[in-house]
Amino acid sequence: MKRSNEPIFWSLFGAGGMLAALIGPALVFITGIAVPHGWIFAPDTMSYANMHAFAQNWAGKIFLFAVVSLFLWHAAHRIAILVHDFGIHAVTVVKLFSYGFALVGTVVAGYALLGIGF
Amino acid sequence: MSNRRPYVRSMDGWWKRDAYFMRYMAREVTAIFVAAYAVILLAGLVRLNQGEAAFNGWLQYLKTPWMLVFHLIVLATFVYHTWSWFKIMPKTMPIMFVGGKRVQPGTITGTGLAAAVVACLAVLFIVGGMHS
Repeated sequence: MKRSNEPIFWSLFGAGGMLAALIGPALVFITGIAVPHGWIFAPDTMSYANMHAFAQNWAGKIFLFAVVSLFLWHAAHRIAILVHDFGIHAVTVVKLFSYGFALVGTVVAGYALLGIGF
Repeated sequence: MSNRRPYVRSMDGWWKRDAYFMRYMAREVTAIFVAAYAVILLAGLVRLNQGEAAFNGWLQYLKTPWMLVFHLIVLATFVYHTWSWFKIMPKTMPIMFVGGKRVQPGTITGTGLAAAVVACLAVLFIVGGMHS
């Protein structure tokens, strides 16, 4: 019997969904709403110096990589199914595009984080 | 053969037929916003790697009213994602027993939501305490 690749993608989907469910709302509020508009947090919270230092720290690096890539894998899995739900049944092609997008995003995130250095 | 045209019921708008399907669709559609948010963060990482001027450009872009409105919508969908994620968790996780008794769906959902509230508050406090 041919082995299914579903467990791999479902694990990534589950991990991303869990991470988004646990801390997603706080992250969106901080990076997208409060800090850019100078509300609540210190104005330099997301300054270049602070963010660069955070991305150079190994824990910060892992965190940023996990958030970006797992969110992408989570979304890719659901969007592939969503496209099917709307009547496009070329499952393999759709998954190639959606998982491909997540893979490209993961590689780009890794490349940027490695480029930032340690 | 070619003259035979069997009736096939249209599946268009199938998810509008039932409140259960509507909730399913609302939950799945949050993924589009999760992807959009991830792409915004990814752009920030790429800009961070390119240097200070590039990163400041990204930060300036986040300050535009459009991005504020967009992030408010994203925030609403993330909150819905959190709620729906733990709402379906009793069905997505293996059946759990504690002391020989099956853990009730409400307990699983409630524990998950409580964990999310604690995790979100922890993130807010950690970031708030970082540079003050």
